[in-house]
Amino acid sequence: MDLVAIVLTIITASTPLLLAATGELITEKSGVLNLGVEGMMLIGAITAFATTTITNSAVLGVLAGAAAGTSMACVFGILVLIFLANQVATGLALTIFGIGLSALVGTGFVGIALEPLPKLDLGPISAVPVIGQILLGQDFLVYLSFFMVVLVAYFLSKTRLGLILRAVGESHDSAHALGYPVLLVRFLAILFGGFMCGLAGSYLSLAYTPLWAENMTAGRGWIAVALVVFGTWRAGRVALGAYLFGAITILQLHVQGWGLEIASQFMSMLPYLATIVVLVIISRDGAKIRLNAPQSIGKAFTPSR
Amino acid sequence: MKLKKSFGFIVMAVAMLGLSSTLSSVSHAETKVGFVYVGPIGDHGWTYQHDRARLAVEKALGNKVKTTFVESVKEGPDSERVIRQLASSGHELIFTTSFGFMNPTLKAAKKFGNVKFEHATGYKQAKNVGTYSARFYEGRYIAGVIAGKVSKTNKIGYVASFPIPEVVRGINAFMLGARSVNPKMSISVVWVNSWYDPGKEGDAAKALIDQGADIITQHTDSPAPLQVAENRGVKGFGQASDMIKFAPKAQLSAIVNNWGAYYVERTKAMMNGSWKSQDVWYGLKEGMVEMAPYTNMPSNAAALAKKTEEAIRSGDLHPFTGPIKDQSGKLVVEAGKIADAGMLLGMNFYVEGVQGSLPK
Repeated sequence: MDLVAIVLTIITASTPLLLAATGELITEKSGVLNLGVEGMMLIGAITAFATTTITNSAVLGVLAGAAAGTSMACVFGILVLIFLANQVATGLALTIFGIGLSALVGTGFVGIALEPLPKLDLGPISAVPVIGQILLGQDFLVYLSFFMVVLVAYFLSKTRLGLILRAVGESHDSAHALGYPVLLVRFLAILFGGFMCGLAGSYLSLAYTPLWAENMTAGRGWIAVALVVFGTWRAGRVALGAYLFGAITILQLHVQGWGLEIASQFMSMLPYLATIVVLVIISRDGAKIRLNAPQSIGKAFTPSR
Repeated sequence: MKLKKSFGFIVMAVAMLGLSSTLSSVSHAETKVGFVYVGPIGDHGWTYQHDRARLAVEKALGNKVKTTFVESVKEGPDSERVIRQLASSGHELIFTTSFGFMNPTLKAAKKFGNVKFEHATGYKQAKNVGTYSARFYEGRYIAGVIAGKVSKTNKIGYVASFPIPEVVRGINAFMLGARSVNPKMSISVVWVNSWYDPGKEGDAAKALIDQGADIITQHTDSPAPLQVAENRGVKGFGQASDMIKFAPKAQLSAIVNNWGAYYVERTKAMMNGSWKSQDVWYGLKEGMVEMAPYTNMPSNAAALAKKTEEAIRSGDLHPFTGPIKDQSGKLVVEAGKIADAGMLLGMNFYVEGVQGSLPK
């Protein structure tokens, strides 16, 4: 029974959720609900995979994947901010579009296998039992996901720009009256969300399962959206939720392998159930949720009014 | 509240997502043949093989046929609409290629008496609905024999989809094959409750390897478990299609589904008017099940695998030949007897050697 191996698997299962949810958190904090996470992840995944296959460079692949996610988000941003399209409908359209487009682009890349993303190797230090193996032997996207959560938490709570972003998400009219560029802030927040979803997709197709398969996100984008809501729009809780979900997903597979007598259908349901229950319990204070929830989420803003 | 309204909208739109399957048609000609797939044709597994068979029909019959396929169709009521749409748009023969399309196919067949239907892996027929399936368990028995020869830890990790007789039969055939060469072999099963989720399939394989399995086999559709085996330095088997490209050092063999000959035969039968509803269950002998080359194993294991394959093909060996004991040690098939069709088709128990209990 190798605990380190289990922890390593949990980290790989949680990282795509964490990356996507961190991006969506910023988008939602600015008052925009983007339900296109799944679609942006898929586009990021196929772009990263195709670029890596063609150029043989994983770094270029990740950059291209992130850029592809960002450009999907750019389309979304133009539609909802400038043309005032309904955010929910546009986000869903983005997902459907992403599923179809990634499948189309991906037809030429089915059946190709890649080497997984290289992992950090500090020689003997990375081989130190437990700590070295877990903390010093990951690929760079995992470290980036840690870094981004801390950065986003700091940005939202400690910086002036974070305050402006939150103000825009709370009441766009007041923010506008104070002279803040509401549309620009939201547009940048949307782009950041797309960038992170592109990274999450790249992680799926380059590190998690290094292959391209249609619809390979298999609903992870929706889980990321749900994590933001159940994590009550707080970076720490969103990260906790992502890891909890990943951990239970992996542990339930192990429990089955040990042969415990629990229905596998129940075990498959457990990650969803446990994550929701835990996040609801730690954030059961309704007043605090209202404090954290961006009040203008989903509402269109027209500066002229 | 605005948010509530939005959520209703989400539910609606997510439901619609399931219908966002693509209609595609190729070439012009007389007879139209339709195919309904459960997964994307790019899954490199189950649906991929059905689509190769569709292409085989086009190749064999040229411009006499026009084929249409609809991919990623959800099992259940949604599929009935897709099937009816194909039937009402002039398709004379329709292949529905997943177990869950059974009742929708029968319902549509009632409405469209002139259209012929072929349903894969089902057990209900009608005057215009034939069923066909392949004896994959023959291939799994051979895979088990190889595993018994190659494994050092005597532990097999089995990534399984849903606890239905088809899958249970495969697990048992694998176990019987493995124990025929090494009575110490055991199988740990992890159910992922999905046919297709590369991430989860791969995670299940990792969990099984971490628990000591050095052979990974799967009854799910993506190459992810095999790829994990490759990266972790253990061995595995391809599923539905030859997956050697994903695991050049790990794939021992693969059970390949070859529907092409059958699809061509049935299309021809429909065109010349000799089509009749039937229920076929073809295996190695008829070529519906094939084994990919035996690779990455010592030559004596490959030789034994070939010998086993020949014995099954010639009918000298049936994988489910007694004595077979279930998990509790109770004799369920007596020595020398062969499990009857009822037991094979409705298999709902694990044989001795499989760990854990079968989900009900």
